[in-house]
Amino acid sequence: MSAILECKSLTKKFSSLTALDNVDLTLERGHIIGLLGPNGSGKTTLIKLINGLLVPSNGKLLIDGKEPGTESKKIVSYLPEKTYLPDWMRVSDTIDFFEDFYEDFDRKKAYDMLKRLQLDPTKRMKTLSKGTKEKVQLILVMSRDADLYCLDEPIGGVDPAARDYILNTIISNYNEKATIIISTHLIADVETVLDEVIFIKNGKITLHSSVDDIRTKEGKSIDTLFREVFKC
Amino acid sequence: MKWDLDSERPVYIQLIEQIQSGIISGLFKPGDKLPSVRDLATEAMVNPNTMQKALSELERTGLIYTNRTSGRFITSDEEMIIKLKHLSAKELVMDFINRMKQLGYEPEETLTIVTGIVKTKE
Repeated sequence: MSAILECKSLTKKFSSLTALDNVDLTLERGHIIGLLGPNGSGKTTLIKLINGLLVPSNGKLLIDGKEPGTESKKIVSYLPEKTYLPDWMRVSDTIDFFEDFYEDFDRKKAYDMLKRLQLDPTKRMKTLSKGTKEKVQLILVMSRDADLYCLDEPIGGVDPAARDYILNTIISNYNEKATIIISTHLIADVETVLDEVIFIKNGKITLHSSVDDIRTKEGKSIDTLFREVFKC
Repeated sequence: MKWDLDSERPVYIQLIEQIQSGIISGLFKPGDKLPSVRDLATEAMVNPNTMQKALSELERTGLIYTNRTSGRFITSDEEMIIKLKHLSAKELVMDFINRMKQLGYEPEETLTIVTGIVKTKE
């Protein structure tokens, strides 16, 4: 099967700042991958490039062999770090909204998840807490049957119990042909869910390895390794 | 089943150990059907690929087997399970003896201590 994501000498510059520096990266299908790096290391830049929200300064990026665009957006489900759903919408409106936008959206799945989290679909977005908004957004994103999920800090704003639920949602909705990229710095919370990790530092990829390989070789958790590699 | 994973060792090895101890303790009975990979993965909060890897490994040892149409089952070979139980017991005891050595006790002394404690408990 072809790689779901391929980056070749991918570079993104913002005037004098190089956010991504000559990144070569190939991601296969069927993995849950942690994109890990300190603040300002280029995680969000990479995710925005994948989603066509930024254009590379140099190099190439292919999603399932296609350049980012309308076709790639059909198979990429993106959870941005900030929610963009309008405040006036009811939760049920956001579901209609996603259904209009994406052919692969499964409305029933979304309602099932809302029910399990005891979220009332008639509530307006502006009445929801920050954490609850994030849950709604994640439900929408995970209710798509995409090939690549890009989750930018999906667990940052929610309490530990909801974190577990979110990770559960990710595991139980995941299928063998899809790949999920999770960007986070809450490594300890996600590391059992990951099967691969990417360490990114100053716009460069410093490590891309399977989690079990790291634990076998280093005899330590990803969290511990991260703290060592990125020691301030 | 309660899963307890530490973060220093490969997850699939820990999954193998915990399924094995589930079989030894009788939580999974000989011939029982195992839940699906996805259900097990969700319950243990691990990546389904990792759970798959652990189950494949257990299949290789013969402790579980796959029936193509109806899923995965625990072996009905009770002798195999008893063997596994003895093996685990041996490993635990060896580990214990070694740790006692680190404390400065020779195996014979360890034995005396253990016998003493077992007697007072009775």
